Amino acid sequence: MVSRRFFLKSSGLALVAFGVAPRALVRSVYAAEGSGRRRKTLVVVFQRGAMDGLNVVAPYADPVYRRLRPTIALPAPRGGAREAALDLDGYFGLHPSLEPLVPLWKDGALAAVQAVGSPDPTRSHFDAQDFMESGTPGVKATEDGWINRHLQCASSPEATPFRAVSLTPTLPRSLAGRAPAVAMSSIREFDLRPSAGARVASGFEGMYEGAVKDVLHGTGQETFDAIQFLKKSDPSRYAPAAGAEYPRGRYGDSLKQVAQLIKADVGVEVAFTEIGGWDHHAAEGGVQGQLAQRLRELGLALGAFHRDLGTRMQDVVVVTLTEFGRTVHENGNRGTDHGHASVSLVMGGGVRGGKVHGRWPGLEERNLYEARDLAVTTDFRDLLGELLTRHLGDRDLAKVFPGHAVSASKFPGVMRA
Amino acid sequence: MTTRFRRATGLLLAAALAAPAGLAAARSRPVASADEDARIVHALSRLTFGPRPGDVEAVREAGLDKWIERQLHPERIPDAGLAPHLASLPTLNLSTAEILRGYDPPPALKKEIQKRRAEMGETATDEDMRKARRELAAQYKDQMAGPPRQVVEDLQQAKLLRAVYSERQLDEVLVDFWMNHFNVFAGKGQDRYLLTAYERDVVRPRAWGRFEDLLRATAQSPAMLFYLDNWLSTDPNANVDDLRRAMAEENGMRPRRGGAGRRRMQPAPASAAKGKRKAGLNENYAREIMELHTLGVDGGYTQKDVTELARCLTGWTIAGLRQSDPRFVFLDAAHDHGDKVVLGHRVKSSGIREGEEMIHVLATHPATARFISYKLARRFVADEPPASLVDRAAATFRKTDGDIREVVRTIVTSPEFSAPEYRQAKVKTPFEFVVSAVRASGAEVRDAGAMAQRLAQMGMPLYQQQPPTGYKDTADAWVSTSGLLARLNFALDLAGGRLRGVNLASRDIPAEQLVPAGLSDTTRRTLASESGLDAARMAGLVLGSPEFQRR
Repeated sequence: MVSRRFFLKSSGLALVAFGVAPRALVRSVYAAEGSGRRRKTLVVVFQRGAMDGLNVVAPYADPVYRRLRPTIALPAPRGGAREAALDLDGYFGLHPSLEPLVPLWKDGALAAVQAVGSPDPTRSHFDAQDFMESGTPGVKATEDGWINRHLQCASSPEATPFRAVSLTPTLPRSLAGRAPAVAMSSIREFDLRPSAGARVASGFEGMYEGAVKDVLHGTGQETFDAIQFLKKSDPSRYAPAAGAEYPRGRYGDSLKQVAQLIKADVGVEVAFTEIGGWDHHAAEGGVQGQLAQRLRELGLALGAFHRDLGTRMQDVVVVTLTEFGRTVHENGNRGTDHGHASVSLVMGGGVRGGKVHGRWPGLEERNLYEARDLAVTTDFRDLLGELLTRHLGDRDLAKVFPGHAVSASKFPGVMRA
Repeated sequence: MTTRFRRATGLLLAAALAAPAGLAAARSRPVASADEDARIVHALSRLTFGPRPGDVEAVREAGLDKWIERQLHPERIPDAGLAPHLASLPTLNLSTAEILRGYDPPPALKKEIQKRRAEMGETATDEDMRKARRELAAQYKDQMAGPPRQVVEDLQQAKLLRAVYSERQLDEVLVDFWMNHFNVFAGKGQDRYLLTAYERDVVRPRAWGRFEDLLRATAQSPAMLFYLDNWLSTDPNANVDDLRRAMAEENGMRPRRGGAGRRRMQPAPASAAKGKRKAGLNENYAREIMELHTLGVDGGYTQKDVTELARCLTGWTIAGLRQSDPRFVFLDAAHDHGDKVVLGHRVKSSGIREGEEMIHVLATHPATARFISYKLARRFVADEPPASLVDRAAATFRKTDGDIREVVRTIVTSPEFSAPEYRQAKVKTPFEFVVSAVRASGAEVRDAGAMAQRLAQMGMPLYQQQPPTGYKDTADAWVSTSGLLARLNFALDLAGGRLRGVNLASRDIPAEQLVPAGLSDTTRRTLASESGLDAARMAGLVLGSPEFQRR
């Protein structure tokens, strides 16, 4: 369960540990340890609360859409005007709050997969999130998450403490399991109390280094390694590249820190972030309203992330997930209730962008799930399976998604093969 | 032994740490009692939330076996010292009805919050929204006893304070075990208001009784019915209008037709919308009661058994959920009246009796005896408890008709329990770590809020475990980089007197008081080499040591 300690306390690193090494030396020491290699990264954005995919990538050309959502349907595109859907392909339109993502769509760096979801019928947030994070719909007893099982299967000899990192206060279910993973609410706080001083830090290190027969031994070392490792990227001085501006708030901060970790070459293979507040039973609205507000923050953050990473984006794929979608009908409160399928956005290098992927099930009653919700035509495991295979090179999807027959034929085709 | 009164300096501490291997606490005692002391320390680390200063001496005085027997009968242990610590928590002794009246925002406030949210439009940030909610809530201040979060905060405080201060330590350990076994998540809707009664009136009074009674009480608790959705489960062929009418009658209301007095008698609009439910089976609880509460995941049931059991349990629902006083009712109109076969048992159509019969079948099933015994042995002995012990505990379970006290007694008085190879074999959960650190340091807790916050940072927010599996009790779940870092910082803050609401009597805390089980040579050497540090930092190092992470 303990990952191999990835660097030795060479003389150079000892200098780093005592904080007296010049920065240039620090870099060369880490580079010499082989951690400076660029690698592929998958960034998972979990939208907790069940996002209404039908108003994010809206089937504006479908008359049923308009009929069932008399007050909240997005108006058909009007030449890019912000008070209407932004046309994607003549049938679907993007919510205008996601306008910062339009250039990415046009450049082919952003795609959507419509009607994604879980085959499990639950409309309970907590069950559906649990199933999506465990990667085993309908099975409650699964103890680890799908990301962790990926890490277990595709073990890496060069794994660093930051191979799997979550910018959340606690380790999310997706990352739980035997493989090491780091959760941090912020890079800045990922440190021993500075007031403790260097001797306390070296005291802790000594105790855990010496506890060789203890399960805590490896974790202790990983922790101190991670702390040291992080010190080479100076969080307080970080300035996003290319004038990228992240929106203020927890979500923008977390994505900014993911960018920072990726650019610092600390070996991030999977990063996890989450953004809540999608449960719009009331005042969801159309062009304006609750959903518009949430999407604005999401769109600005994703746009800034893309800009910030620049060419590094070639090695990065971002995917959004939400536990389920919402009713096709709007309810009596300009909102929607719990439904079934939703939409995922996929952004980054190797993405077949500028396209709405996935089979569109249609909105006629006979095509709806339980006669009320958008049907699932892409199992979320097939979408994630494609990303794991084609982006991260995972060859063991049967272990990542036990009980699900994953095959390339079911992939939505969002990545260039 | 008067170590806790000794004014140890940092230097003295270092000297003690530098002493040769062996139990520091036993150094000055005759060799014969060294193993007895080790057994006492072990028992304290498993049957309590960690030894306090003086506990080892007290147990030695009383005799270990006698002390264990006393802990097995918590009702015989005076615990008057606890009450003052809980006195300032306003919701602990309220009924669910009182909690709902005082802390669930009135419908009008909920409506205003929704309206304001819509008005604020897309430029509003979360912070703006929080501020708006606070302002609106302030207008309703005289209608509410306190904010909704007060209820769960009180529970968190009480859980921590009881674990630190109660003399009935094994009782607290066992209640914690059952609350985790029958986990309910405070974050799921109304459950935040139902948990107080759930712990106080459902779990705690039955923690030492017959397992079947505990199981049935949880099955019929509004908290569990809501958490695992059984309250929504109906015969798929039930007539929705009949259901609504029957529920309205249970609630003592006229069916929805309007008329005088309607405003008070009808549920809030928001809940009315949600109440517009379809008929249909919900298998959630039927699956979990078998998988997590009784048989275990390998207990030999099938999907067909899940569905059939769910049919037996249709109609087990909640009346008065949002109006007044949530309570269990059996709603005949929602019940599937066909015959069923569950786990090979023919269940004749008999209304509420079907569920009761199946609870009896599950509670007395051999797989249940084994699963519960295994989990208890895992809690008290080792992550992989010895099969011989699990067998004997399961035999006790079957022989005594699921007498929990006897099963626990079998485990904690067994030779396996005190076998040297299991000493210090368990890694503490964050809850066990935080509480044991506070107990070991002899600190005074005025306000446990900061402790609860730290637990959340360590990934163990109390009453907030979402999945019904509860928190894991094994090392793999809790050994993580972020978790360890949070522990080290907690150790430094506690020892440095920087933990809000927690006062240290003294910062000079002898190492043997903190880790009476003794430190490893490596740790002792490391500490000795840092002997120039002040006492608080030294104590922080000891609380952050690998040894202190174990019990």
